[in-house]
Amino acid sequence: MKYRSYAVIAIGTTLIASLLQLAVPQLLGAAVDDTLGLLGTSNESASSIRESLVQTALLLLVVSILRGFFTLIHNYTGEAVGHMIAYDLRLAFYDKLQKLSFSFHDKVHTGELITRGMLDIEGVRMFFSTGVVRLFLLTILIGVGAYLLLSKDLFLGALSLSFVPFVAWRSAIARLKLRRLWLALQERMGVIGRIMDENLTGIRVVRAFGAENYELKKYKIAADQALELAGQRIKTRVASTTIMTYAYFLAMGMVLWIGGLRVQEGSLTIGSLTEFLAFMTILQLPVRQLGLLVNSFARASTTGRRLFEVLDLDATISDLPHAKNLDIDKGSVCFENVSFKYGGNDSPLTLNKINFEIRRGQSLGIVGPPGSGKSTITHLLSRFYDVSDGKITIDGQDIREVSLESLRTHVLTVPQDPFLFTSSLESNIAYGNPWASNDSISEAARIAKIDTFIETLPDRYGTLVGERGVSLSGGQKQRIAIARTTILKPSILIFDDSTSAIDAETERQIREFLKTPMQSSTTIIISHRLRSLIGVDEIIFLENGAIVERGSHKQLLSMNGKYAELYKSQTNLFEEENFEK
Amino acid sequence: MKSNSITSQINKKTDRAPLAYVGSQTSHEEDVFGALFDGKVIKRFVEYLRPYKTNICLAIGAVLVVTFAQLSIPLIVQHAIDEVILVDKTDSIPLFLVIIFFSALITINYGANWLQDRLIGMTGEQVIFDLRKAMYSHIQNISLSFMDKTETGRMMSRLTGDVNSLQEFLENSVTAFGDLVLLFGIVIIMLSLDFTLGALTLSVVPILFFVRIFWLPRARIAFRYARETNSIANGALAEGIRSVRTVQSMRRECVNYHLYNKKVEENLSAHLKSARMAQVMVPVVDTLTGAAMGIVILVGGALVLDNSLDIGVIVAFIFYVQRFFDPIRSLTIQYSVMQRAMASGKRIFEVLDVPISIADDPKAIRAEEIRGLVEFRNVTFSYDGVNPVLENLNFTISPGETVALVGPTGSGKTSITSLLHRFYEVSEGSILIDNIDIKKYEKSSLGEHISMVLQDPFLFTGTILENIRYKTDKATLEQVVNAAKTVGAHDFITEMEHSYETEVEEQGRNLSLGQRQLISFARALVANAKILVLDEATASIDSHTEKKIQIALKKLLKGRTGIVIAHRLATIRGADRIIVIKNGKLVEMGPHKSLVKKQGLYSQLHKLNYASFDDVRVD
Repeated sequence: MKYRSYAVIAIGTTLIASLLQLAVPQLLGAAVDDTLGLLGTSNESASSIRESLVQTALLLLVVSILRGFFTLIHNYTGEAVGHMIAYDLRLAFYDKLQKLSFSFHDKVHTGELITRGMLDIEGVRMFFSTGVVRLFLLTILIGVGAYLLLSKDLFLGALSLSFVPFVAWRSAIARLKLRRLWLALQERMGVIGRIMDENLTGIRVVRAFGAENYELKKYKIAADQALELAGQRIKTRVASTTIMTYAYFLAMGMVLWIGGLRVQEGSLTIGSLTEFLAFMTILQLPVRQLGLLVNSFARASTTGRRLFEVLDLDATISDLPHAKNLDIDKGSVCFENVSFKYGGNDSPLTLNKINFEIRRGQSLGIVGPPGSGKSTITHLLSRFYDVSDGKITIDGQDIREVSLESLRTHVLTVPQDPFLFTSSLESNIAYGNPWASNDSISEAARIAKIDTFIETLPDRYGTLVGERGVSLSGGQKQRIAIARTTILKPSILIFDDSTSAIDAETERQIREFLKTPMQSSTTIIISHRLRSLIGVDEIIFLENGAIVERGSHKQLLSMNGKYAELYKSQTNLFEEENFEK
Repeated sequence: MKSNSITSQINKKTDRAPLAYVGSQTSHEEDVFGALFDGKVIKRFVEYLRPYKTNICLAIGAVLVVTFAQLSIPLIVQHAIDEVILVDKTDSIPLFLVIIFFSALITINYGANWLQDRLIGMTGEQVIFDLRKAMYSHIQNISLSFMDKTETGRMMSRLTGDVNSLQEFLENSVTAFGDLVLLFGIVIIMLSLDFTLGALTLSVVPILFFVRIFWLPRARIAFRYARETNSIANGALAEGIRSVRTVQSMRRECVNYHLYNKKVEENLSAHLKSARMAQVMVPVVDTLTGAAMGIVILVGGALVLDNSLDIGVIVAFIFYVQRFFDPIRSLTIQYSVMQRAMASGKRIFEVLDVPISIADDPKAIRAEEIRGLVEFRNVTFSYDGVNPVLENLNFTISPGETVALVGPTGSGKTSITSLLHRFYEVSEGSILIDNIDIKKYEKSSLGEHISMVLQDPFLFTGTILENIRYKTDKATLEQVVNAAKTVGAHDFITEMEHSYETEVEEQGRNLSLGQRQLISFARALVANAKILVLDEATASIDSHTEKKIQIALKKLLKGRTGIVIAHRLATIRGADRIIVIKNGKLVEMGPHKSLVKKQGLYSQLHKLNYASFDDVRVD
């Protein structure tokens, strides 16, 4: 732990600073007694008392300066430890999220992950930055102070500390309650955030249905629940902090009473009484902060737990020890009896005993209704999920036995709905290889038929994508995705319905362009436009996760089955038209 | 900058630095700090406090009581020492009377403290929820042209971050008021107890102010920078989470990790610097406290010797000096809270001040029942007031008729449907439903009679049932199931794990686009409006669902006036009439067969035989 030295410094300086602080009441008490002594003494001894007063005043100044200095160090090092821990947590969290498989990200809402990464890490940081140091300070102040006071006057010392156990007990109870409330409130605020976010992103639907009042009602229900919880939280907090302060003042009253009686009896000096009272004044602020501290503990323990829930997850998909790199020779892909389900044991099969083989340079077309498992095949091939049964091999190597890095270098998918980054067009195209030369970027753009469009933009390849830059149509986004993928020249290239928003003519041209680099790559094309599939070597027709028809376009047509029916439904319009002519 | 590097290097074939970033490249810099005091913001803010007037007054009263009690305690101690403890028992007030008085005071303090914290806390929460609700409901009514221009993320940060900093301000301002009273109280008491000693002790205060003046601007820069690096790092994290699928398939994990590391490192050093800046004040304050106490002892001791000061006063002074710097410290913290609140308040009221450009006419009528006759009369429309998107459009659609709007991208089809729904106001001409101008209807009642199916079917978090029901929350399960059956969504819904109770995943990821489309059809059917506007999905729907959708469409449109922005030949041919739009003008209108014969734009488009008309380039 690199912050160990900081933590040691923080603890050491806290100790010194609190000891120095504890010296202050003693000095003050001595000064009061000295001053009182001045009243009844002769002139000679008065001068020596005055001297001691000057000494005390100077000592007080020095002690205060030193205390300030050490407080500076312990506060700073304490905060530094918190920030360093937060830094490590941020990196670890980011790293973990990047590595967790799709099945994790399917289940967990992005908004929730963002909240964890932001608020939860902040909660843990606050705890280390301020909570721990303060707790330590308070412990020393009370511990050492108790020793000093009790040794001076057992009864009076016990009285001035009498509020501490009560405060500790109250805060323990409050901590439990607050923790529960905090969790519930966080969850409710998350719901409110989601409602607002959906309202803004879905604003056209809201307006289209004239659902403004409905949306307000939805919001109000969530907000009222949150307000209710917030109110409870405040009540609990206030109830415990105020009673703690009350206990403190009660103790002070007792000290004043008993101490006053003692002074009247002559068994205690006024200076010692001042010392007791000054000591209590020192404790007042930390005791008030105990409430905050309780809050910060409650928050840290819930947020910390939620954070470590994520950090402790194992990436379900990772390299085997000593995994070799995928060795691509021919680039033949083979699915052997592949079955897959997204959920647990009793969830339905998404893919059921899929078998196919594609040789180098060949292409496979996949057709089927939505939910038939087409995209799942591509996800399995890149090993975003592991097969439930059967195996997938590339050139005879089981993809679970090769390194992920090498697998994903060779197998790439162009998705239907690509994610574009709020960054320049060129860095979007060069996303998978940021070191790509400008030439290869423009070449990839040319292949994807997006180059002419980019050239018309004022900043050309440097144009920013997104709300503050150029906004792209669905087809343009898909073309950027094609460029982004082809620039990497993968051995196995998958189009997952990735030309759906591109018009047929442009799609044809892109495929022409792609033919050259494609000859060396094995291609899988998922498309709903059957005309895109006419040239492929084999077409499989998926339904409910199983292959129901397979063959070349011609074979499938002559089968007169589902494929032929689908093909007709896409073309009969034209034939009819010809007929009318 | 990037474009220059491209132009200069495009011919050189040299390698250059990697084109890799994480997080947004556009800066989202918004003023974190505003003016210290913005009268306009305060004035607006006060409006939201008004409903809680009584509570706020009570809270202020409680603060005064608490402060008074805090101020009195050292005085009682002083009194106890000078008048009771150090005086002969016989002629003094008994000690226990003082103690009873003390107990009474702290009990009052307890009650007031409880009241103060509770009222402040609760009122703060309530005001903030009110404000957020006001913004939220205002957003429901401001015109889409404003929303089009505003990024969702920035709006969200106003709804959450900005509102929270106002809450912080609100909660602090009452305590700040208490601090101020405490400060003045201490000054007055110290001076009145003993003017010389008081004045000498307070002489350290100007030094503190002087140091603060030097320190504050520097510290603010450091604090601000720390906040900025925070939001940069958080932005990068959010992007990383949203793009995780792309990151994994493009194997950018390593590169991103290093880039993110840089941002977080910067964040760390900025925070360490700001922590140093914050802590530097601690020794200053402590030194001054020490000096003040030294003065009390030296000067006080001398005064006691002269018999011009009682010993109890010194004790009281010691108490006050120890309490003295707390309010000064929290008041300076309050300074930046206030600045932040002013900046946030300004942004919040900016949103609240966006005028509702489309409001109901005061004499607006409720449309109870309509027949569904739609007429566009000389409609001209422009988003920016300069470039017309629609020009002098005239057409009528009879009740029950289905009309297909056809034309190349950007020809103005979507604008037509948006105008009918009064998302925007026509620039010239008028739109009539049942021969009455739509401006004369109440907007909400208009919404009840026009259903809209958008190209991109948006699903909300919740179950499929809730999504189909949506606004029509009185619809029975039976109605929902019937609607789903009609549009052909029932089968795939019942096949899902929890049938209609299946939770829709984020962005509907557990449903295909086609399935989402069918659900949005069912939603429109349940809403049961007389006029149906449908923006047909472009080619991205698969052919299997397409067939289902065609059947569903027919059922959906039965008995309703339908306006369909059509891309698919099948849909277009199914319509009673086709309106061809080009560059915002109506170029052809009529049934399919007659338009094909006409040899105009339509037959030209038709001959190209595309599955979709949308991307067809027309000169």
